[in-house]
Amino acid sequence: MDHLFDVADLFLSTAPACDYWTLRLVAEEHDHLEVRQGVVEPSRLTSIAGAMVTLVKDGGIGYGATSDLSAAGLRAAAERAAGWAQVHARLGLFEAGIYPRSSTRADYRTPIEEPWSTLPIGEKLDILQTANDALAIDERIVDWSAWLARRRVAQLLITSDGGRVSQVLDYVHPGLVAVANEGSQTQRRHGGGSDGSQQGGLERIVAVRLLEDAPRVAEEALALLDAPECPQDTRDLVLLPSQMVLQIHESIGHPLELDRILGDERNYAGTSFVTPGMFGRYRYGSELLNVTFDPTVPMELVSGVADDEGAPAAREYLIRRGILERPLGGSLSQARAGLPGTANTRASSWDRPPIDRMGNINLEPGEGSLADLIAQVERGVLMDTNRSWSIDDSRNKFQFGCELGRLIEDGELKGLVRNPGYRGISASFWRSLDGVGGPESLEIRGVCNCGKGEPNQSVYVGHATPPCLFRDVAVFGGGE
Amino acid sequence: MNADAFFALADHLNAELHGAEILFSNLSNESSDFVRLNRNRVRQAGHVGATALDLTLIEGVRQVEGGCDLSGDPTEDRSRARRLLARLRERLAHVPDDPYLSYSTEASESDHCGDARLPVAAEAIGELIASADEMDLVGIWASGEIAEGLASSIGHRHWHASTSFNLDWSCYLEADKAVKSAYSGFDWDPAILRGKLETMREGLHIMSRPARILEPERYRAYLAPSAVGELMGMLAWGGFDLKSHRTHQTPLLKMARGERSFDPRVGIHEEHDRGLAPRFTPEGFPTPPRVALVEGGRFAGCLVDARSGKEYGEPVNAASDAPGSLGLDAGTLDVSEVLGQLDTGLWIGNLWYCNWSDPNDCRVTGMTRFGTYWVEAGEIVAPVKVMRFDDSLYHLLGDRLEELTRERELLLSAETYDGRSTDSALLPGVLVSGIDLTL
Repeated sequence: MDHLFDVADLFLSTAPACDYWTLRLVAEEHDHLEVRQGVVEPSRLTSIAGAMVTLVKDGGIGYGATSDLSAAGLRAAAERAAGWAQVHARLGLFEAGIYPRSSTRADYRTPIEEPWSTLPIGEKLDILQTANDALAIDERIVDWSAWLARRRVAQLLITSDGGRVSQVLDYVHPGLVAVANEGSQTQRRHGGGSDGSQQGGLERIVAVRLLEDAPRVAEEALALLDAPECPQDTRDLVLLPSQMVLQIHESIGHPLELDRILGDERNYAGTSFVTPGMFGRYRYGSELLNVTFDPTVPMELVSGVADDEGAPAAREYLIRRGILERPLGGSLSQARAGLPGTANTRASSWDRPPIDRMGNINLEPGEGSLADLIAQVERGVLMDTNRSWSIDDSRNKFQFGCELGRLIEDGELKGLVRNPGYRGISASFWRSLDGVGGPESLEIRGVCNCGKGEPNQSVYVGHATPPCLFRDVAVFGGGE
Repeated sequence: MNADAFFALADHLNAELHGAEILFSNLSNESSDFVRLNRNRVRQAGHVGATALDLTLIEGVRQVEGGCDLSGDPTEDRSRARRLLARLRERLAHVPDDPYLSYSTEASESDHCGDARLPVAAEAIGELIASADEMDLVGIWASGEIAEGLASSIGHRHWHASTSFNLDWSCYLEADKAVKSAYSGFDWDPAILRGKLETMREGLHIMSRPARILEPERYRAYLAPSAVGELMGMLAWGGFDLKSHRTHQTPLLKMARGERSFDPRVGIHEEHDRGLAPRFTPEGFPTPPRVALVEGGRFAGCLVDARSGKEYGEPVNAASDAPGSLGLDAGTLDVSEVLGQLDTGLWIGNLWYCNWSDPNDCRVTGMTRFGTYWVEAGEIVAPVKVMRFDDSLYHLLGDRLEELTRERELLLSAETYDGRSTDSALLPGVLVSGIDLTL
């Protein structure tokens, strides 16, 4: 972070003459360790560093991004930005005067118990070898691996209005996978934190039970080989947090993004079935549905103090008691739409401009345990861990598949079923929500590959959720 | 960064090597203008200059990999690269032998610089907006130079550069009523752009008719090349790589086992000699002109990258495990006869958000999108409300395949996740006797 402050000082000494500017500096460190079938894969260390200069000048807005962090490099990026501002002034979609200005001054750093550097690489590899060995329990396990990935993102945003936001986000992502095969049937199970990402340090290894989880992962992959296909009919559905994450992400998070509602994403990620007139009155789900945008939850993937345009982070209700309240729109989208929004404008790195993104989109807990939800089901299926996701461009008609299913009969869990899937329509599915697990069943998870934008951007998104019960859902299994 | 500067940097790093160390340096360089459009106006415009260096340090049978961004300033870049090299050397001492280490031990050279006639991006955007007057146009313009380089301490020297534009856009009538188009390449011709916009105006005229709402069931259908491209994109996800086959994870597992097949007219190849991507792998192996993946509807071979090749004892024939220059063989159906042959059914312009619903049976789900119409007696009669399909490629390219078109379209990828893509696909349209719609 110190280096970024030095670069910012360089820029400040020759700041461009214009109505408003921002300099967004990003430095990232990535480290990936993996052991597959007992063999240490080539480890990979990556450093990323660059800057984006955004200018509001002569009635237009433009950006220039560069990995040249010298004074000359930043000056050249500013000149590029000024050139594009001229084009925007002539052909722009909106008046440059509505571009959000920030004077926010705030700092954030992920609290870490065990820094990445405290464990030598040899010991990290030993942990992965142990986990890897524990996956190889049967000759029908045909592929298996364990990994440990680290990412540190240091960001500094300074603005010509005196804004200065520094944020250092740390992540450690452990994970496991086991692949079982017999004949023409192959089944895969993930675990060990692979779908439970949060901020943090090496303490995440213990938190996700990387070592302890390996036997379960391998045994479930094997058991799925012999399990019957998930039935194809209409029945009740209990989704564990490992699948709720995707259900929330695709059919609440994306439809509420204000830039989609404004049409920016129609050529690529799509539009939304939600229209501006729905906010404040549309029944999105049952009375049990409460969803927040919450960057204040400790250690969730997108917890921090401000978005990438300098808007201060704050918790907001998106849906309360089933009624749609506000969209996910940053300051610029709010100005364009005339709607209140959230501090959610983010960029994937220094080389992409900020756009509306989900931050932490959380389904607030209700009451009771997972067992209490299951007890309410006479005939249903429980699904665990997303493996397939697809939804239409207005984020309405969806179909999801999971790694593992279990039948529920007369309030009790029964046997495994394989290739479980379900489909529905966002606009009606959430109204079938009939049970939300209590605070003790809430899990903080997230998605690390949320794709959107032109040019394309992939970002982390946090989701916290308990298990949920839905009534009368179309479910199905595999086969041609 | 140009080739000379990259090779000079690599020479500097090679001179820093200790003892028997071997170093492979790979460079990715991009200078791109990006203009995002909405409602036929500029939503977001800017420039990205990005240069990234990847290093693989090898000693004996141990290796470590790393990467860093470069600035373009030679002094600064030497400093950044040396710091990375030092970190890799420090790590190399702590990693075990790698039984799958694989690199080319024969020095080789190549130099490819594609010609282009591009306009100033701002002028092209001005032309586009003027030509699309009164249309609700949304999309992305990307243009500029992209380059990849490889140098090694063994003596490899490869450079592959091209300058291109890629305009990917759609025009909306209302809600989900839209038509899509793309114009990309190396020679910008405004007349071609105007022609494409005129075709879109005609498409929007059809779109203005009341939409047909279909019930979930099986429909006769024609899939245009863009829609076929989405299905090929699914096969690219584990369908053709050696590791997926040897670990029984490929969605073509039943085909590989001889239990299922595509129609005998289906041939799928990786066409390195036609593609826009470099003809060398990061480890210095040259790629062959073509790799047969499916021949006569049956499994023919795999893409083999350096690491999998060593693990499973196969020769290297690809830089990665997914095709970047895929081709599906043409058939005999003339495009002008498609509507007549279809007679009554769905004309599907694009598919979207595909995913495996059951990879064991090569079963894919996804959505119709953009320019999908209901056809009766060989005439387009109405647009169709978006529908979900869920069907096996063993049916769509197998027992329900009726014809492949004689003409093929070259589709250049508009993806920009890790920089501007050099992927492309050469694809015909496909007429099928049925596709299962589910929602």
